[in-house]
Amino acid sequence: MKNNLLTGLIKENPIFVLLLGLCPVLAVSTTVENAIVMSLSVLFVLLGSNLMVSLIKNLVPNHIRLPVYILIIATLVTITELVLKAYTPDLYRILGIYIPLIVVNCLVLGRAVGFASKEGVLVSIVDAVGFGLGFMIGIVMLAIFREVLGNNTITIMDNLSKITGYKMVYQLIPNTNIFPVGLLITPAGAFISLGLLSGILKMIQNKRREER
Amino acid sequence: MSLMALLISSILVENIILTKFLGLCSFLGVSNQEQGALGMGICVTLVMLLANILCFFLYHYLLLPYDIEYLRTITFILIIASLVQLTEMIIRKYFPKIQALLGIYLPLIATNCAILGAVLLTAANNYTFTQTLVFTLGSGLGYSLVLYIFSSIREKLNINPILKGFQGTPIALITAGIMSMIFGRFIGG
Repeated sequence: MKNNLLTGLIKENPIFVLLLGLCPVLAVSTTVENAIVMSLSVLFVLLGSNLMVSLIKNLVPNHIRLPVYILIIATLVTITELVLKAYTPDLYRILGIYIPLIVVNCLVLGRAVGFASKEGVLVSIVDAVGFGLGFMIGIVMLAIFREVLGNNTITIMDNLSKITGYKMVYQLIPNTNIFPVGLLITPAGAFISLGLLSGILKMIQNKRREER
Repeated sequence: MSLMALLISSILVENIILTKFLGLCSFLGVSNQEQGALGMGICVTLVMLLANILCFFLYHYLLLPYDIEYLRTITFILIIASLVQLTEMIIRKYFPKIQALLGIYLPLIATNCAILGAVLLTAANNYTFTQTLVFTLGSGLGYSLVLYIFSSIREKLNINPILKGFQGTPIALITAGIMSMIFGRFIGG
């Protein structure tokens, strides 16, 4: 059980190791807040789809497996969309098409077909939590990198403050503008920062393996 | 926006891979050989065009009039999945030559976010029918263009000495970043 959790979190981290489901990762990692909301949505869909798929795995004939799974995922995504639209219309607008695009996220469908359709209910939930949190760690790390170097801020609650009542936007080095590398906020910067981060992580991994 | 400007911007300035990050899985996975890249590009363009035409009519004549717009995600993904299935069957039956060339890429398209992404963008931007056609054609062409250019760059990358951890996907991502910078500058002025 613990192994299942760690697989998704570290060993097969969906973003840095498997490089699955990258399109929302690159698109919404401009601020930490967007990244958190996006990964919470993915976590919710992943949990729901793994749970339902593992519950009905014996009821679904093999040849219509895929359409059924896609419908389950699409329903969960629609629920997420409606909730976001109702409570934080601003964020719903910012995240835009990337929320409905969770439907075709390789990570969600991959776990449903590759894991939940074969394993028990409890293990599937643990697997979903592991991969969901792994996704969150990856996207938040990328967002911190991009936002700090690109904008000199860390935004944790800005649009969300309408619900929570707190506003949490920090400036890393107050009253300077030496840092901002505006490029990192642009789409090109997204590719480059993810490339750099995953390359550096891979180098560290290789070094550890050699020492062992 | 004039149609010409829409076409150019959907091919170059707002390229769906390099600025919207759609279709990245196939971009990083398939584009190792130039031949495969072209095949994938043609498939995606065709399916994208068909899907967008179908979804346009459904969205404007069924979902919007009956005020059930929130069902668009489910509707669109169902249309795309069945369309890919249908295309595959037709090609297998009537065009065995094309099937031999593109067969392995077709099933991949169903979960290709470029198609759903293009359909969602069309709906979100409220394009008219002509604009939809032009936008989809441009997006498909842009997708094929980037996939093709990238596959030839990647062949060169494979034979160059690259830092060990950066081989494979990391250097591919950085290359894509540089391409994205170049494509973004086609905006003019």
